[in-house]
Amino acid sequence: MKPAPFAYHAPHTLEEAVGLLADFGYEAKVLAGGQSLIPTMNFRLAQPAVLIDLNPIAELAYIRAEADGGLRIGAMTRQAQVERSEQVARSAPLLHEAMPLIAHPQIRNRGTIGGSLAHADPASELPAVLLTLGGRVQAQSRRGARTIAAEDLFLGIFTTSLEPDEILTEVYIPPVPPRSGFAVTEVARRHGDYALVGVAAWVVLAEDGACRQARLSFFGVGDGPVFANRACALLQGQRPDPALIAEAAQVAASTDVDPQSDIHASAAYRRHLVAVLGRRALTTAFARAAGG
Amino acid sequence: MTTTIPIRVTVNGRVYERTVEPRLLLSDFLRHELELTGTHVGCEHGVCGACTVLFDGVAVRSCLMFAVQAHGHEVMTVEGLSPDPNHLHPLQQAFHEAHGLQCGFCTPGFLMTLVPFLQENPDPTEEQIRLAISGNLCRCTGYENIVTAVRLAAAKMAGRPVAAPTHHASS
Repeated sequence: MKPAPFAYHAPHTLEEAVGLLADFGYEAKVLAGGQSLIPTMNFRLAQPAVLIDLNPIAELAYIRAEADGGLRIGAMTRQAQVERSEQVARSAPLLHEAMPLIAHPQIRNRGTIGGSLAHADPASELPAVLLTLGGRVQAQSRRGARTIAAEDLFLGIFTTSLEPDEILTEVYIPPVPPRSGFAVTEVARRHGDYALVGVAAWVVLAEDGACRQARLSFFGVGDGPVFANRACALLQGQRPDPALIAEAAQVAASTDVDPQSDIHASAAYRRHLVAVLGRRALTTAFARAAGG
Repeated sequence: MTTTIPIRVTVNGRVYERTVEPRLLLSDFLRHELELTGTHVGCEHGVCGACTVLFDGVAVRSCLMFAVQAHGHEVMTVEGLSPDPNHLHPLQQAFHEAHGLQCGFCTPGFLMTLVPFLQENPDPTEEQIRLAISGNLCRCTGYENIVTAVRLAAAKMAGRPVAAPTHHASS
């Protein structure tokens, strides 16, 4: 239960950090909040030769509202800061509501928004939230900066499209139109445990009350966050009554997800939870979108 | 490759200078280097909460940080709570009075989690208390008396009148 030896670097600027990462490449791991990486190192499941600690880089911790209503959040912003931010509560209510579901208060005090996304645990909340919101991240390397959309970021279990020399530096949440409604919910064995299944929903109503857009992502049911394409297509343009919502959730459970059995839950139980949680989340999101 | 790194850390108001391996966990630094063994080590993967300390005033798992990361920062451990050996912190006193501990292994983690929580929430609801301690495991006393102790401490610290705590038999 003690980490293997490693060389430690604590750069104070992003430029230094990407330089170090370019030099060490695959040998190095980037240390953000460490709430997933350090336990993995304690178990010696990860034994990086070099750690590049981003914690001293003050320029990576911020929450900024954009003129268009979007939100930019520095990768090293602590989850607890995101949770408590009034700006986030106003501009990105789905993100705000998801934060308390992440582990425990002590973990969120240290864990970062960028670290959780780059870690890409398939059972974690933030990847699904980013996918539902159509957000994107900024990646920086010595070669330059690029933007990665959420749908292109998550490739599989603990796997993102970040290159070995790239550091995730910023999260962007786009503005939401009026008559938007959100909901995030999950089932875990104990509060703060990883979810068996969870869902993040965003719906937009047209003026006549029909569903203009529905976006639904599940977590804990695949190699990464799973966008429920068929369920969302079913809702589009339709009046969201309880029968349609139940049907969409059932479609998500039977066709959009392909959960696996593990020690925590069977595939059948996870599929059942997708239908139940999908229905609950959509019901809440549509009610909120309607102002109810 | 295991070069050591000099660090300077303030713990409970006292400055310590040591030279450590980067892989040394903050929890082990506190216990083995500084001999502050009040911080307990349970699971070493961030689940049990026994090693919770304040890092720059914020409750964190000391098993999920490296000692080198504490360089230039302030740590507070359970040893820093009481003003002197003859007096308990009001929260410690409340744990004592409400039977909020039995074997005591988890207690330092609970205390260090709850001190900043009570500063932020001087009059917490039971639900807020339970969420606050959701990251701390207790395997003998159970949580009922701990919740009672927190309410007692909150009332005492705010100078509110308190009903005599009802003791629950541990099961």
